[in-house]
Amino acid sequence: MPEAEAEAKLTVTNQDGITVVEFENRKILDELTINQIFEKLNELADAENVPLILLNFRKVEHLSSAALGALITLNKKVGQRNGRLVLANIHPQIYEVFKITRLDKVFEIRGTTQEGLRVFR
Amino acid sequence: MSFDRQTLPHEVVIPSDLHVARRVEEDILRAVASVGYSREDRFAIRLALEEAIVNAHKHGNRSDPTRTITISYAIDAHRVIVRVRDEGGGFAFRTVPDPTSPDRLSVPSGRGIMLMRAYVDGIEYNERGNEVQLVKKNTRVSGLRTEKPEVHP
Repeated sequence: MPEAEAEAKLTVTNQDGITVVEFENRKILDELTINQIFEKLNELADAENVPLILLNFRKVEHLSSAALGALITLNKKVGQRNGRLVLANIHPQIYEVFKITRLDKVFEIRGTTQEGLRVFR
Repeated sequence: MSFDRQTLPHEVVIPSDLHVARRVEEDILRAVASVGYSREDRFAIRLALEEAIVNAHKHGNRSDPTRTITISYAIDAHRVIVRVRDEGGGFAFRTVPDPTSPDRLSVPSGRGIMLMRAYVDGIEYNERGNEVQLVKKNTRVSGLRTEKPEVHP
């Protein structure tokens, strides 16, 4: 089955009260995958009084503008609940997409998971 | 590069269905890889093609699976040309809002065309606005990197 049609996969762990989510899909392109991923992420944001979420992009090699839009929506939700959303381990080619769209100014982005976790302290 | 009517050697007409469209996208990417484009070029082509296809389906064809998307392309060692046409009435491609303006940064949509422009060497629409042509040069041959928009601090 082409990966674009594979089920959206996330690995969710908790590290010192921070919800760490690692994307398992290499490509976050199609609407179905994006909807599945962000439905889960929005559930995680809703589950905590003050959502503290780190998104680990280590395995992500491609994402679309629709995925950027879903991230913006998630970021707004987390902000409205006085939480914090950090993005980490973004591949340089993907990070360039954030820079081109100036979304590197909207999101808190760190190079590694450890650097990302330090943001919450 | 002008949007001429040069016929491209490959043409596929598919229903407006993103799953079907992605199979064509993968065929194109495989062909591009086989000719020796760099990973960076393939990333750019995939990103731009994905945005063009999604725009054709969602905006041009209003997600109507009874409509069609026509994808035509030419691939050689020097450049890739892809055209994506939908059956919609077209849109005002000359007046797309800037998604990087401060009042639009928090808007979830509207970045597809900007990303296409950033990642290919040429982008043009037909007069009606329902067909886009993307041209990406092989940087291994041309030695030139696609100029990305300047990033201001």
